[in-house]
Amino acid sequence: MNALNRKDLLDIKSLSPDEILLICDTAKYFKDIFTRDIKSVPVLRGKTVCSLFYEPSTRTRLSFESAAKMLSANVINVPVTTSSVLKGESLIDTVRTLEAMKADYIVMRHAASLAPHFLSKNIKASVINGGDGFHSHPTQALLDVYSVIEKRGSVKGLHVGIVGDIKHSRVARSDILAFTKLGAKVSVCGPSTLVPDEFKQYGIDITYNFDELLPQLDVVNMLRIQRERQKGSLFPSIREYNLLYALTEERFRKCKPDITVMHPGPMNRGVEIDDAVADGPNSIINEQVTNGVAVRMAIFYLLAGGSQLQEDAEGNV
Amino acid sequence: MNIIIKNGRVIDPGSGRDEILDILIHEDRIKDIGNDLPLSGDERVIDAKGCLVLPGLIDMHVHFREPGREDVETIIGGSKVAAKGGYTSVCPMPNTQPVIDSQALVRFIKMEAEHGPVNVFPIASITKGGKGDDMSEMGELVKGGAVAFSDDGRPVMSSLVMRRALEYSRMFNVPILAHAEDLDLADEGIMNEGLNSIRLGLKGIPRESEEVMVARDILLTRLASGRLHVCHVSSAGSVTLIKRGKKDGVKVTCETAPHYFALNDDAVEEHLSMAKMNPPLRTEHDRQRIIEGLRDGTIDVIATDHAPHAQYEKMQELEYAPFGIVGLETAVPLIITELVKKNNFSYIEAFSKVTCNPAAILNLDRGSLKKGGWADVTVIDPDKKVLIDKEFILSRCKNTPFIGAELYGSVEYTICNGKVVYSADKGTPVK
Repeated sequence: MNALNRKDLLDIKSLSPDEILLICDTAKYFKDIFTRDIKSVPVLRGKTVCSLFYEPSTRTRLSFESAAKMLSANVINVPVTTSSVLKGESLIDTVRTLEAMKADYIVMRHAASLAPHFLSKNIKASVINGGDGFHSHPTQALLDVYSVIEKRGSVKGLHVGIVGDIKHSRVARSDILAFTKLGAKVSVCGPSTLVPDEFKQYGIDITYNFDELLPQLDVVNMLRIQRERQKGSLFPSIREYNLLYALTEERFRKCKPDITVMHPGPMNRGVEIDDAVADGPNSIINEQVTNGVAVRMAIFYLLAGGSQLQEDAEGNV
Repeated sequence: MNIIIKNGRVIDPGSGRDEILDILIHEDRIKDIGNDLPLSGDERVIDAKGCLVLPGLIDMHVHFREPGREDVETIIGGSKVAAKGGYTSVCPMPNTQPVIDSQALVRFIKMEAEHGPVNVFPIASITKGGKGDDMSEMGELVKGGAVAFSDDGRPVMSSLVMRRALEYSRMFNVPILAHAEDLDLADEGIMNEGLNSIRLGLKGIPRESEEVMVARDILLTRLASGRLHVCHVSSAGSVTLIKRGKKDGVKVTCETAPHYFALNDDAVEEHLSMAKMNPPLRTEHDRQRIIEGLRDGTIDVIATDHAPHAQYEKMQELEYAPFGIVGLETAVPLIITELVKKNNFSYIEAFSKVTCNPAAILNLDRGSLKKGGWADVTVIDPDKKVLIDKEFILSRCKNTPFIGAELYGSVEYTICNGKVVYSADKGTPVK
């Protein structure tokens, strides 16, 4: 088995704090590699990575694909919208077809929660969860944690706020787990229809008052608000949402001066975040994207059986 | 052929009888019950030492998928599965394709069942096509053999239609079996709404979607002076409402299914679509209240809601897989393991829920052991363990979360109308 001692990366719940830190340490090494001129290492030479995205995605899919390519993998992107999926092929049959073509890693995004867990029980290839329903988005949480460590040195003791549609957010669920596992204090904030009381089971704070919370935060992660939620009568209007929960320039002035501003993207500028804040000096939103590639390289490397990099660091990878 | 069942512990929940006796069966009737019965010598002898000898079990809520989805299950196939599970009488729900809403269709089910091993008492739909709008021809349906009405699978969302159905069905003395679910509130949820649904990111089905309809239907039953039976009760609040309704003198009875007293919604993460049913598995608190409701008599009946689905249908993403699990073969082991062994139910308490109680609700002359009565008998070894694996499950659909479980309670013989329709060593005779 590999250093993570598992076939698949399905969620944050199954990772220990040490394993999260191992992934972050490894990612740091890979960030050095891919920010240099020659960006390729032969970790996955001869291996096939299939990306199977049942939901639209730009950054996550590209990030996985470029990570795999930099590790010299054979990368196949399965175009779900033009493939046999449209002819009604089941998920399990689609993936068995990929397995028959000797796919070693299947990176999947799926609108149905637990779809990767269902797959992992029924196939031999490694399944890497690129986001499932409202449930989990482990690589996003890992890159979020990594980005905060890079910026702040450590996560421990920081107060992290996650703001927006918590109920329907896989990023929120995974971030809550990852940050609390590493010793951060987490608060979630949004309209009461989008922040169910059941989130208290994570041992975190819930608040509906963004103005009260914001000055206490060391890190704020602004989630994308999905316009279609309004149809389910979950909040009255985008306008009211913006007035109550947007990270505006005015609100930003009340923040701690060293607050770290994050967003998993894609942003609705002017809805949940103002331009000046998104592009300001406290924002690490672009760095998150860069780090995403490094973190995904680290995950491939560790799942492929790579050991801790201190041991064989120089040129051996 | 005559049969003598010897040395068994004869339990007849309806009369409260519980003693070691022999039962002599002549043709399709019980000829005698007692000790040292006079024998002619040509009887088939069944030694039931160490076993329970019960009235043939009744399952008032199954889905046999015929007509329409014979690829999944048929009336004959389902009847054989029932025989293996210890059941001698089953009531298929009418949500087939087409829906059982005409006398001809009721007769079709009865005709098919004539070639099967067990008694089949069809349930017909409350409304035409099960659409919830216009009442079915209840008089004709009862004449054809329907024993109750239900739109199971869907609620009757209109309170007015439900009121009329409760009023109209009164004159035939048959109950309305309510699928209590407010579809708006359920909002296409997948599992019970609570800590687990939030954690797993799955759309929740609040208990209240069941409870508001249980409350509504009890009130409508009072208004209509009708007779209501609530299907598959899963939540603590429903138990409380029904208990109150009974206390107030409303003619309401109800059933739960074995999975609601055996499992809670923690099972969803492990078993995925195999633990997906409607209503969903609820919390441990609800499970405990279901057990209490069974004990204090609020819950009259245990019915399986046996719901076969093809493997390819269940082998899907949890959200897309259909609701329902098979239950006919796991019911007896679950009743014995969970209720008798773990929760100290007496055999009479536990098995009244699958014998005399459903018989009384449906006016069936079954579910009891008495001289001159129908020779429907089930012999169960309560201390023998069974391993529930894919070989054990006779049903061609294996959709159950209990695969891999080892449970107490082995059905040794099922005798229906005086014929051995299942024996543990020989299986179900193919007809």
